[in-house]
Amino acid sequence: MTEDIVSALIDLKEKEVLEIVQHRLNIGDNPMSIMSDARCAMETIGNRFASGEYFIPDLVYSGVILREISDIVKPKLTGEAEIKRVGKIVFGTVAGDIHDIGKDIVVFMLDINGFEVYDLGVDVPVQKFVEKIKETGAPIVGLSGFLTLAFDAMKETVVAIKTAGLRDKVKIMIGGGQIDEAVRKYTGADAYGKDAMAAVSLAKSMWEINKGPLREG
Amino acid sequence: MQKKWEEMPSDEKQEAMFQKWLSPKGIEFTSPEAEKLYKQRVTRIRDAVQLKRLPDRVPVFPNVGFFPAFYAGITAEEAMYDYDKLYMAWKKYVLDFEPDAHVGVSLAGPGKLFDILDYKLYTWPGHGSSPLHTYQCREGEYIKADEYDAFIQNPSDFFRSVYLPRIFRTLAPFKKLSPLTDILELPFVGFNLIPYGMPDVQDAFKALLEAGGEALRWGSVASAFDKEMAQSGFPNFFGGTTKAPFDAIGDTLRGTTGIMLDMYRQPDKLLEALEAITPLLIEMGISSTSRTGNPIVFIPLHKGADGFLSDEQYKTFYWPTFRKVLMGLIDEGRVPFPFVEGGYNSRLEVIRDLPRGKVIWWFDLTDMDKAKQMLGNNACIGGNMPITLLNVGTPAEVRDHAKKLVDTIGKDGGYIMINGAVIDEAKPENVKAMIDFTKEYGVYK
Repeated sequence: MTEDIVSALIDLKEKEVLEIVQHRLNIGDNPMSIMSDARCAMETIGNRFASGEYFIPDLVYSGVILREISDIVKPKLTGEAEIKRVGKIVFGTVAGDIHDIGKDIVVFMLDINGFEVYDLGVDVPVQKFVEKIKETGAPIVGLSGFLTLAFDAMKETVVAIKTAGLRDKVKIMIGGGQIDEAVRKYTGADAYGKDAMAAVSLAKSMWEINKGPLREG
Repeated sequence: MQKKWEEMPSDEKQEAMFQKWLSPKGIEFTSPEAEKLYKQRVTRIRDAVQLKRLPDRVPVFPNVGFFPAFYAGITAEEAMYDYDKLYMAWKKYVLDFEPDAHVGVSLAGPGKLFDILDYKLYTWPGHGSSPLHTYQCREGEYIKADEYDAFIQNPSDFFRSVYLPRIFRTLAPFKKLSPLTDILELPFVGFNLIPYGMPDVQDAFKALLEAGGEALRWGSVASAFDKEMAQSGFPNFFGGTTKAPFDAIGDTLRGTTGIMLDMYRQPDKLLEALEAITPLLIEMGISSTSRTGNPIVFIPLHKGADGFLSDEQYKTFYWPTFRKVLMGLIDEGRVPFPFVEGGYNSRLEVIRDLPRGKVIWWFDLTDMDKAKQMLGNNACIGGNMPITLLNVGTPAEVRDHAKKLVDTIGKDGGYIMINGAVIDEAKPENVKAMIDFTKEYGVYK
């Protein structure tokens, strides 16, 4: 039965996977193991996205199905599922910009790669980044932005992090629509990524620089 | 004797549209020099499009958003609310930079109109966005997943009674209106009109009349601007506008998530809706260009970019109706000008399937060498001057990139120098470098 949830979710068979979930709950299966199967499927979906086999609609659809599964299973869960996390990242779309599609994809990819992502949402004021870094002690910050106005907002965010005395404690990566090396230089960030896969590999190498080798799951 | 429009092949229609653009009605040029420059500019663009004659040089057309406002020292909010300042700023930009074509003032829409109607679909400068920034779309499912049938059956009535009340708070009472097509016989008329007597519906109509007054004030500023610019020798690049059917439904009706789920959950309904909206979008492009007498139809593209859809999804859901829109415009002598924001590397093979010399593809981050190789014999391509260089680079870097584009993509014609993404906060000296360098270096010998 285990295989069923995993492969049905990977193949985005919405009706089928929900039926299996319901069935497994009915026969008294452990809700935690259902969620862990679902998570395992999401990792494969993420890998397929990374390899160009899956595209944004597949991620969006799988995310919706996952939410439906969790809506069915959550009431039966007795404890929090324990997920091994390798590192913390503070993430958000910078002030003035309300675009979230790209940000959400990167957050999803970081999440399935084991990072604990503190997603601050869109149009995030610089101070909110600073506070979250202090609160969580996250050594990595991801700034997203689609519009060209984000270049300045990113720069201001980097400056605010520096002013707060946190610049040496964090590595900052930026990304979104037009972001390239010229913008990275302009903003004072440490690195930029062209897509979600680049963000994952940047996050991994930043973590290793700051915190030593990753503890793999 | 002149041939009737219906009898002309699309080549002749396109040439006739260009002739109309070359000799605009009601324009008295300020000097013989202005007239000469105007005609040279339009001819240069025409030759780049048609791929029949080599233009005298690479046309250069910075596609500016709010750049003229920032350049002239007014805020984005002022550009949307104070039409005198809007006019002054955009005029200063055109006269100072002397591009081959301008974009008019209409992209900075009438702010007060949006206030009157309480527009929920966007945030705009000073109203949800900073006064210094451009407007942004607030995506949502403004049409629900189970409303396709109602939309397909009568798109116009659906817009009036369902969609508009959702995106304009002020027009919410329009929900009460019955379809106009019910008015068939004498006894039906009274019933149909009852809602128009209700106080809240009447208030909504009064607001709509006020909004119309505002639109007219703003529209007359926009046409006065185009007229003055033409008389001084500068054509407006945009003849009209429309959208690709998939974007029309995905951007502002169903939203990104909505349309993506529809591809899996109700693909046939989505395909039916795409077909239903296609003739409306063709007509939108044709009627807007009829008003201006300029054949170029701007089509901003979004959800077909690399990564957004698989090849199969693009070929199933995006391209068939988009191609119908392009062909519908081409058949009527119009020149579609799709703006491919992001990349289109995976689509080049597909979009090649169009007649020669009919389209201008404006590319942003697409691999230009590949685009030239795949489309160069077939269509005019433009773009790829990186917005990042214009914003944070130096004039020397801009010139280097422009040189590369002119040498490789501009070789043998069929190229227009355009920025990659829309120009807002760019450095003026960089925009100037893009224009001046192209004028100097882009001459065909």
